[in-house]
Amino acid sequence: MAADPDVLNLLAQSMAGGTPQSSALGFRLISVSEARGSIEVPWREDLVVDPDTQVIAGGVVTSLLDHTCGLAMAAAASSQPFSTATLDLRIDYMRAAAPRLGVTCEAHCYKLTRTIGFVRAEAWDADRSDLVATAQAAFVLNRPKPETAA
Amino acid sequence: MSGANLDLKALLERAPYVRFLGMQAELVGDEMTAILPFSPHLVGNTFIQALHGGVIGAFLEMTALAQLSVAQPAPRVHKTIDITIEYLRPGRALTSYARADLRKVGRRIANVHVEAWQEDRSQPFAALRGHFLLGGEA
Repeated sequence: MAADPDVLNLLAQSMAGGTPQSSALGFRLISVSEARGSIEVPWREDLVVDPDTQVIAGGVVTSLLDHTCGLAMAAAASSQPFSTATLDLRIDYMRAAAPRLGVTCEAHCYKLTRTIGFVRAEAWDADRSDLVATAQAAFVLNRPKPETAA
Repeated sequence: MSGANLDLKALLERAPYVRFLGMQAELVGDEMTAILPFSPHLVGNTFIQALHGGVIGAFLEMTALAQLSVAQPAPRVHKTIDITIEYLRPGRALTSYARADLRKVGRRIANVHVEAWQEDRSQPFAALRGHFLLGGEA
């Protein structure tokens, strides 16, 4: 079923800046399309772990990957009312981001069953062919309970 | 307060991102408990006031790295290779605690498990297992 562009837009706005944590981190929406989403987090001085290296914290990249996977999941299931919960999230860190650079992430929900969504994501700083991290996540889809007979 | 406890506090206070999260740690013997007081900016779901999944992951990962730095002080920061975060229950608007179990610390690589809980340690709300490259290696 094709996703309604208006629904996707609304979803995108509510996902990118819409939660207290994502706005505190300064997440910016890049794009959203059917089953895909992309978000960036600009570098900020208070988001580094080691002031000597000025590299954005791994934890920020973790949040970005989790959030972008959630956006792709929402985009994939946008035609139905639902809520999701993350079951697990695996992250591989290829390398640290470059000093004083933000990170961009794109996620794709490549399979959606009645109950589970499977999502992959990639994150990079300057060049998409030189990744900082990849992620694989599974989400459970909570559909509204069907009307039950009394 | 022990020297190791001072070192740990200095390490955490030096990290701007740790201050951003509001994460603290206490060391008893060689066992560290990481503490994450609830704060409104950590919320990822305003409908049920649940902690953001990324915050939970970051808290678990920082716990693993902090416990490693206590057990294995190194000239350079330990690096995360891979982590798997398991979400067991929503993280509620409460203080969270986490403890790391260093399952294996080799010459270059450490395998670490972490569990986080809120009111009841026997009811963890999230867990992490991961591999870390020990500081000093390229």
